[in-house]
Amino acid sequence: MTEIIKPSLEKVIVTENLTKKFGHFTAVDHISFEVNRGEIFGFLGANGAGKTTAMRMLCGLSKPTSGEGTVAGFDIHKQPEMVKKNIGYMSQKFSLYDDLKVWENIELFGGIYGMTDNEIKLKTDELMGRLNFESERDNLVKSLPLGFKQKLAFSVSIFHTPKVVFLDEPTGGVDPITRRKFWEMIYEAAASGITVFVTTHYMDEAEYCDRVSIMVDGRIEALDSPANLKEQYNARNMDGVFQQLARKAKRVDS
Amino acid sequence: MTNQNNISDIAVSCAGISKHYKKVQALKNVSFEVSKGEIFGIIGPDGAGKTSLFRILTTLILADNGNATVNGFDVVKNYKNIRECVGYMPGKFSLYQDLTVEENLEFFATVFNTSIAENYDLIKDIYVQIEPFKTRRAGKLSGGMKQKLALSCALIHKPAVLFLDEPTTGVDPVSRKEFWGMLKNLKKQGITILVSTPYMDEASLCDRIGLIQNGSFLTIDTPEEIIAGFGQQLWAAHSKNMNKLLTDLRSNIQVKSSFAFGDSVHITLNEDYKTEELRHELEAKGHTGISIRTIKPGIEDCFMELSKTGVR
Repeated sequence: MTEIIKPSLEKVIVTENLTKKFGHFTAVDHISFEVNRGEIFGFLGANGAGKTTAMRMLCGLSKPTSGEGTVAGFDIHKQPEMVKKNIGYMSQKFSLYDDLKVWENIELFGGIYGMTDNEIKLKTDELMGRLNFESERDNLVKSLPLGFKQKLAFSVSIFHTPKVVFLDEPTGGVDPITRRKFWEMIYEAAASGITVFVTTHYMDEAEYCDRVSIMVDGRIEALDSPANLKEQYNARNMDGVFQQLARKAKRVDS
Repeated sequence: MTNQNNISDIAVSCAGISKHYKKVQALKNVSFEVSKGEIFGIIGPDGAGKTSLFRILTTLILADNGNATVNGFDVVKNYKNIRECVGYMPGKFSLYQDLTVEENLEFFATVFNTSIAENYDLIKDIYVQIEPFKTRRAGKLSGGMKQKLALSCALIHKPAVLFLDEPTTGVDPVSRKEFWGMLKNLKKQGITILVSTPYMDEASLCDRIGLIQNGSFLTIDTPEEIIAGFGQQLWAAHSKNMNKLLTDLRSNIQVKSSFAFGDSVHITLNEDYKTEELRHELEAKGHTGISIRTIKPGIEDCFMELSKTGVR
């Protein structure tokens, strides 16, 4: 069947016993999972469960202590620079430069990712049109309303058409309508073939993911579609699943 | 003596408070009251004005217009009295990173002319959880432990009113529940609590809430009353293809509003439009596994409805 439905079988992220130790502390403990092309993959866990450490390894920013991993087809041990070139990243904290204009931010990031001037110009025009942003093009980012900033930050993170984009709590503190519009942008990106790897503390957002993993004390305790997880844990919603799993945590952090 | 009013049941009152920074109007003519012993939630997104309001009430900045009192004291004339009787936990971790857990607590107790021993019962439940790490520097604590230390420091002088600015932002759902458990216990000890949060699901844990956006309150009431005021039938729609469902609902002019909510789409319909008709239309568009059931709105539904119409 020629369905438009996303997950084709190309693996964009593969990890095998990926582990990170800091001294005697095992932050990430032998995690193994695969993420398909075009999939929206929710990466959940309590504070201190090891999400950020795992994400830093997948982004080529931190060397694993042991275990293997490839992201966008590149080895995270041996080719971290190639990994960085082929991914996008956005977090609630770091997004854009406040004291640069909208177009300057786009040009800066496009340039960093090695896009040509012409390519940047064409795609900027297209993006401004699509987001209905033409009037904001010459404004400083700090003058934009938060919802606009968020949209722009996401658009910039996928401006160089990465194979996978990592979103670290992208919707924290955003109003409910903007939060939902943001997820519509995530769907669009995924439909265009970009794999989305996302962390969130909003459990309703976990339901929007194709598959979800839940980390507890450095290990992946559960990984499946939201529907299957709810059935398996006999929970009404993903919050119910999360509460059951995360309460098992033994680490001193809460 | 100045216009003290300590016998009153009002812990916090605001009348016509406005505040602007350069071009931004942070607060627009805000008025509300909080009774003694209440947990009052201020719920809204970043940039709504929550922090400005807290900073005015804790006498850290001045309002452009309006009056406000805390525990009967005027925020301008009696600011020193207010500083003695309120506890404030800012959104950003603001303790001394290079002092240990115990030193931080000792420091705040001393500044307020008291000792840890004197008010230990108030912080005991919270502090025992971090006491094993009392010789660790605050900067080296995990997020959850920092939060507990900050709350302990804000409580050590037994404040009458506690201001908590987004204490649960970025905190996972399990730890958030735990934190709210701690607030319930403090309420039992008679402390009035003003707490701000961007998480709408925390609304039901407050006695009363104000939904705030763009510097003004959309509504102020008990969570139950706000939900009762939603005023129309809400439905949860579901089908096998949720992405297409949202698009198809949006293009149907009989559907008044449609927002994704977890595993379903929350919708309101034009009055004469029956769900059976909607079901047929969705079937005609190729949807399978359709379910449309009535549901009770939540605070987030109300927030979206109110922020659309903008009524007070």
